Amino acid sequence: MAKLSNERVVECLNKRFEGRFSQLEEAYGLLTIETNKEDILDVLELLKTDEELQFIYLTDITAVHYPELPKEFAVVYHLHSLVNNIRIRIKVFLEGTYPAIPTATVLWKGANWMERETYDFYGIQFVGHPDLRRILNMDDMEAFPMRKEHPLEDPNRVDKKDYFFGR
Amino acid sequence: MSNSVSKTSNNKPIYADKELQEELFTLNLGPTHPATHGVFQNVLQVDGERIVSGVSTIGYIHRAFEKIAERRAYYQITTLTDRLNYCSAPINNMGWHMTVEKLLDIELPKRVQYMRVIVMELSRIADHIICNGILGVDTGTFAGFIPMMIKREFIYEIFEEICGARLTTNIGRIGGFERDFNGVAFAKIRQFVKEFPAVLKEFEALLERNRIFIERTAGVAAVDAETALNYSWSGPILRATGIDYDVRANEPYSSYEEFDFEIPVGTNGDVYDRFLVRNHEMWQSLRIIEQALAKIEKEPKGIFHADVPDFYLPPKEQVYNNMEALIYHFKIVMGEIDAPKKELYHCVEGANGELGFYLISDGGRSPYRLHFRRPSFINYQMYAPMSSGMLLSDAIINMSSLNIIAGELDA
Repeated sequence: MAKLSNERVVECLNKRFEGRFSQLEEAYGLLTIETNKEDILDVLELLKTDEELQFIYLTDITAVHYPELPKEFAVVYHLHSLVNNIRIRIKVFLEGTYPAIPTATVLWKGANWMERETYDFYGIQFVGHPDLRRILNMDDMEAFPMRKEHPLEDPNRVDKKDYFFGR
Repeated sequence: MSNSVSKTSNNKPIYADKELQEELFTLNLGPTHPATHGVFQNVLQVDGERIVSGVSTIGYIHRAFEKIAERRAYYQITTLTDRLNYCSAPINNMGWHMTVEKLLDIELPKRVQYMRVIVMELSRIADHIICNGILGVDTGTFAGFIPMMIKREFIYEIFEEICGARLTTNIGRIGGFERDFNGVAFAKIRQFVKEFPAVLKEFEALLERNRIFIERTAGVAAVDAETALNYSWSGPILRATGIDYDVRANEPYSSYEEFDFEIPVGTNGDVYDRFLVRNHEMWQSLRIIEQALAKIEKEPKGIFHADVPDFYLPPKEQVYNNMEALIYHFKIVMGEIDAPKKELYHCVEGANGELGFYLISDGGRSPYRLHFRRPSFINYQMYAPMSSGMLLSDAIINMSSLNIIAGELDA
């Protein structure tokens, strides 16, 4: 079987989602597409169930915080097609302080803890998740610690100011 | 109570009177239970000896590595990766170095790649020794464990010879190794390759056809391939279900494509198959180490790092006598060198499965975002659901065979 190319994956997605997703980059051969929260479940389902693509393996779900963008949060999915040995990265940018996105647990049971971890650190609500609780942090914690507004060190420290280091 | 539970079918209890007992016993397995080999808590509802349901609580040794990494220079993150899977720290170190090298477009000399392969396969053996040895202990025999553990100590001695540390190794640097393997290190690796097969053979002879061991492990916690994929399992426990997914073969890194090795797979996905898969992987690792030793012979001697002055520390003598070296030394140690603005995912085959690094660089001195795909974290989430209906003693050996490492679970 000929190796599935990134162009072919985009072609397959175009059949159903023409204009509703965009191709971001192809760095290191890893196709990265962006879609929106309305379409994400359908995109994931198509990628998983399509007979040619077979992205049946959910490698990872995580999030990134970009405070300077209008849509602050990006939820990032990594899928892997074991048969074709090709990966794809899907990004969904979300706005609002407590953004919401449909859960992927309906497609992969393994998404459960990955989404709990993402919620725990970024406060992203996965709508329909069966058990959306904190996982690594304490239950009574109020902040979402991986957000960029929480500095790692005490901002009042003066001995580590950047200008001492020419930055 | 327990006599009301008579049989099981598909790991679900069949109750004699067709009704759940009204009183269940709540059992706290963990957080510091000697049988769990790590800090995890499972709150189990048990009916006699049979588990009815369970809830896993994790995060007892969460150390916020991903947050800390956003503030550190690239070379300082290696020490964080040590503390993920501390049973095979060198694989984590190498995975991280390779991620940064991919970011910086550094091509390593072949000899360095083979040296890395040796270190990674040694630590894979060390990790599988602890998992299979402990599985033997949990099923009731110390006899196999002790000679294997002696060999594991010997692997640690090799690491000590290479980098000076044993457990949290911080082995290698971005761009290669901090120093060449010395003669003693090579001699010890050769000694290990020569002596280990006899021990492993004895260990296999003790357990693989042992009736008590087979009755204790075969059919326990059997998982089919579809479920394992649905739960995103990876590593030996996925291969035990029959899926031949191994990152070393699928996306070769560090010249794995040049090596001749097999990927053992199981059929039933039970504890016994996981044990067999790990044993066979140790044999394959030995094969790889032998080939790597032969390949190193053919490479020019004395090369142990790539030529990347921006990220690889200059020799100390030059730092004291040479201005350029001093400048590079200062800039590297202070983390003053910016990385290119890129985004990448790199994964290696850790001892427990696919260990991934999702790295976003915004062009600064430290990552904008670094996410570890930790196999133990993802493998462990099936533990509580699959335990329901199991005997408590089976659940314990199931946990042993999943080889969950608390450091990797919690990051």
